[in-house]
Order: sequence, then C-alpha cells, then structure tokens
Amino acid sequence: MKALLGWLEDRTGVVSAVEHFMDEDIPASSGWHQVFGSVAVFLFLVQAFTGVLLAINYAPTPGEAYSSLHYILTEVTAGRLMHQLHHWGASMMIVVVVLHMVQVFLWGSYQKPREATWIAGVILLLLTMAYGLTGYLLPWDNKAYWGTVVVTQIAASIPLFGPYLSRILGSTGDIGVITFARFYSMHVLLLPPATVLLIAVHVYLVRRHGVAPAPGDEALPKQKFYPRQVAIDTAAVFIAFVILFIMAVMVRVPMERVANPNDTAYLPRPEWYFLFLFQLLKFFDGPLEIIGTVILPSLAILTLILAPFIDRGKLKRVTQRVFAMALVALAAIGWGALTYASIRANPPENPISKIDYSAPTGWMRAPAPDLAAYGFFQLGNCASCHKLSTMGTKKSQDWLAQHFASQKAAAKLTAPKQRALAKFLTHFDPATAESFVVAPQFAIEGATLYETSHCGACHQVNGTGGKVGPPLNGISERRAVAWLRDTITNPKKNAPSSPMPAFPFNPTDMQNMLNYLSILP
Amino acid sequence: MKDVTRRRFYSGFVYGVGAIVSAALAIPAALYLLVPNKVKRASDWIDAGDVSQLDPNVPVELTFQQTITDGWTTTIQKKTAWVVNLPGQGVVAYGPQCTHLGCAYHWEEEQKQFLCPCHTSIFSLDGKVVTGPAPRPLDRYMSKVENNKLLLGPIKESA
Repeated sequence: MKALLGWLEDRTGVVSAVEHFMDEDIPASSGWHQVFGSVAVFLFLVQAFTGVLLAINYAPTPGEAYSSLHYILTEVTAGRLMHQLHHWGASMMIVVVVLHMVQVFLWGSYQKPREATWIAGVILLLLTMAYGLTGYLLPWDNKAYWGTVVVTQIAASIPLFGPYLSRILGSTGDIGVITFARFYSMHVLLLPPATVLLIAVHVYLVRRHGVAPAPGDEALPKQKFYPRQVAIDTAAVFIAFVILFIMAVMVRVPMERVANPNDTAYLPRPEWYFLFLFQLLKFFDGPLEIIGTVILPSLAILTLILAPFIDRGKLKRVTQRVFAMALVALAAIGWGALTYASIRANPPENPISKIDYSAPTGWMRAPAPDLAAYGFFQLGNCASCHKLSTMGTKKSQDWLAQHFASQKAAAKLTAPKQRALAKFLTHFDPATAESFVVAPQFAIEGATLYETSHCGACHQVNGTGGKVGPPLNGISERRAVAWLRDTITNPKKNAPSSPMPAFPFNPTDMQNMLNYLSILP
Repeated sequence: MKDVTRRRFYSGFVYGVGAIVSAALAIPAALYLLVPNKVKRASDWIDAGDVSQLDPNVPVELTFQQTITDGWTTTIQKKTAWVVNLPGQGVVAYGPQCTHLGCAYHWEEEQKQFLCPCHTSIFSLDGKVVTGPAPRPLDRYMSKVENNKLLLGPIKESA
C-alpha cells in the first residue's frame, strides 16, 4: 500500500495534493453548522451515480419513457430502489442546498471578500432547481406532462423573451417529442457539467478566501480541516444518507397513468418545492400575472445576489444578527404559508370527486362498448392521422378491420379490439365526438376493463347490455365502494347464491373499475 | 498522546463511514447491473403450423410469428425453421442458421443436403456435418407435435 502510494505520489503528486487540500487552516469556531456544503456535494454525487444507472435502462422519448421506467420499477432488480434514491435525493438536495444558504446568510459569511463565492452559490441553487424542473417531465406520466405544460406556458408568458424561450424549450406547439428531447438533454448533458464547473469555482473560492471566521476567531489559534472537521462533515453525510436510504426504501414514488393531453379532469401540480410559486400565481390575474411569474421571482433572485453588497456592516456574532434571523423567519413563514395554502386548495385526492355530477355529460351516458372503443381509438394511435370529430364513416366493418390490420401504428390493437372499434365507428355520430375526447382516463380504462371482462354480458350500462344481473347505473347511490369491491373480487361474500364469477383485478384495474362504476349516472 | 488517539479516532470514523456508504450504494448498483430481471416470462410453445401432410425426408422451410419481449418493448417477429419428418425420430425442426458463423443455409434438392453458401458447410438430412468448417450438427428447436400441430420452443445448441 505504502509502495503504491509512493509510486502514485512520485508520478502524479496526487497524494500531496490531497494532503494539501485536507491540511487547510480553518477558524477555531468551525464546526457542526458548516456541514451543509459537504452534504450537498455528496448528494450531487449520489444523484449523478443513480442517474447514470437509471439512464442505462431508460428510453428518452415520450411513450417509451413511460414504459421503460415501468420496466425499471417492476422488472429490473433494485430498479425501484435506484429510482426512489434519485427521486428523494432530488428533494433532499433542494433542502440541503437551501439549508447551506440559510447558514451562510445567518452567519453573514458572504460579506467581503466572499461575495463571488456567494453568487456562485446562488447560481448553484438555480441549477439545482433546473434539475427538478427538467427531471419532472422524464417519467412521462400525467403529472409530468401537465406540470410541464404549466411551466412552459409560464415561460412563454414572459414579455419580450417569452417567444424565444418557447422556441428554445421546443414548446411553441404541444408538449411532445421536441420538448421532451430538450428537457432530457438539459437534464443529463447541459446541467451536470455546468454544476461540476460551478462547484469547482465555488470550492476554489472558499479555499482562496478561507472558511469565513466568526468575530473573536482572530485571537484564537487556527485548527486544521482534517481530521476533526472532516469527521464532523462525514457524520452529517452519514445522517443525510441514512435518511435518504430509508426514504428510498419506505416511501413509494407513485407513477401515474401515461401522459394524456385530453385528460380534462387532471389537475396539474408541481413538485412540492415549487408549490409556493404555483400558489403565488393565484394572487395575480390578467395583466398583473407577470408580477407572480416574472417580477417577484426575478426580484427574489436579484436580492439574493445583492445580499452581500447590501449587508456591509461590521460582522457580528450570529446571535446578534437579529435582522438576518427575522428575514429568514419571514421567508420561512411566507414559503410555509403559500405551500400550505396550495396543498389545502388542491388536496391530493381521488380524481372522481372533481367531477360535476349535477349534469351528467356525454361520456358518462355513453354505453360501455362505445367508451371502451374510444379507448381502442387511442390505443391504436388513430388520432395521429384521424380526428374523432370527422370520423363519420361509410366504410364497412370489414374494410375497417382490414385497414386496422394494415397499419403499423395500430399494432397494439388485437383482433377483438379491432372488431370492437370497427363496430363503434360504423354507428358513431361525429357530433358526439367532443364528449368522448374529454372523458377522463380512468373512465376510459374502466370501460375498457368492463368490456374485456365481458361485464356487459349480464349487466346493463346506459341502456346497453344483458339483463341477467342488475343494471349498474346509479350503483354508487345504492352500494358502498367497499361493498362493490368485495362483490367484484368475490360475489359469494355478499350474496352466497350469486351466479356471478369472481374478478380478481389488480389494484389499479380495481380502482379504475370502481371509479368508472361510481360515475354512472 | 491524547491528541494522537483522537486523531486516529477521527480518521477511523471517516474511513469507516466512507466504506459503509460506498457499500450501501455499490451493492444495490451491482444487483441492478448483474442480477437477471425479476419477471421471467415463461417461454410459451409457439404454434408453427400443421405438419400432418409432411412427406418423410423432405425438408420444408416453415415461417411463423413469435412475440418477442425485448426489455420494455414487445414486438412480433417472423422466424423460420427447417422442418423435416425423419422416420424413426419424428418431426424435427432445425434452427435456420449454420453452426459455423450463423449464415442462412438452404436445402439442395438435387444433392439432398443442406448447403451453407458462406463457407460451403454441408449438412445431411438428419443435421450431421458432412463436410466444411461447421463445428457441430445443426441446432434444433425444442419441439413437440400435438394434434398434428408442430409446437416450437427455444433453439437448443446441439452437442
């Protein structure tokens, strides 16, 4: 070992370089409050590590992104752990970077001559947020899609620069392959080298000016960075890692349904650390909206950058920096209140409670085979060439079946699905197209499941179906959800003589089925 | 003396924690990269068609469709097999590639032999190497015949 290190030192000098780095003089007052920078660097490394591992099993195009992530989560060994380490690591990184800033702010460590160090830090905070913004789209589920719709529209609304930003983000039209490719390449190609470079500058500047002393440090002998402070930093890294690992194992990251641009029941919600901005926008209407989208955030960033130039008085002890403490407390209260208000305004709840039952709309009244057939219309990628509203067809069912079989894009349509879709299109009234297009995804999937499980052989929905079993319209008023769930899984439980077969659906299917049944008017 | 022990404790702690954290990341990463996937799809028997009309000792090139699961995608691909009814052995199905370097071989009706055009390996009707560089007999699909239907499994490398 010693010989190897000797050889390395002789040829590269790396050993003495590390020793020199570790041997830094730091003020006597250094200690636990200065651990956050090291923890942030550690978390960045974890993100890079897990990110590379995720990328080797991930297809960065819409649609495939969703199925490849699903593959990582359900089939690849330790895939879910990797994804959740990356997901929760991102949240944790935001927390730690903000804590790092708060500490530096409270202690006044940004004061002359450390202004440039601070500014590099502010840019690193913005980069960390940019990771969150671009990474949010990558799972390509409904949450990702709609969150990105909101973000890109905010960018487009910025006066003067808006159109150019839209062009750069590839979001002048709908969010699709172009935007996706831009976000992905920013997330994995542009941001990481920029972060590494800025961390290098940031650390170099810390070394150049030395770790900021507290008042009274001048009189005390300096201590060395290694080993005491390194051990303290390591302990903090360890605590952060244990928390992250436990979260990655215990707290499941939900994956929503694949992005659906027609899902009108969907309520977009950004990641938790952006909720306050989301809420802020609600206070400014019409022409004033720019205050919430551009002016206030820009002012906040400008204030952060200028902080060391505004606060130029003699450095006081942290306990005497009352004004700084008040500012931090105020910011925390403001952030907390906005976030709380946003969560209260849009509780994460079942989508069906958002639907207005007072006037059943078209899709609620559609016979189950029709709604399911619209699901097949989506499944067969028909909408890439045809608009449902122009689909009044005089072609025969045979012609349609042949057409489906000849289309590569419709490969997902099995023969029974092709027949069902052909049957639907031959009696379809284009005037009712709108009511299908706005149908929420759970209803379409519920109806599809209803059809593929042949529920309609015995039950009636909206006037279509068999009469062996009870009709299912308005079932939610007659039966509790738990009762329905039990009956579907095991019909004998509630009615021992029931001739109905059992349908042991998986949890997602079951939820779709229950949601679908509950909206039948 | 006290200073030396404290210094040793600190550096021991740093290396120890460093090792634990590295292991906690490296072990899942190794599992992620090396352990085969959790869901192992049972390889179904594929129906390659009716073989009741097959003449003995006359090879036929059968094409059939197979659903291939490749990572997160599922595609339907065309596959071929050389199928021959060998008296005594029943219906056997050879994989369509020469065992030398994987070229496609074909049946020469006049010589009654399989010929690979790449390096002129020649196989007899029962798959044995007659001449040429091929190192082993033709590979066979796992196969069985049920209700006159030929059912094919994966290709098994011949010994």
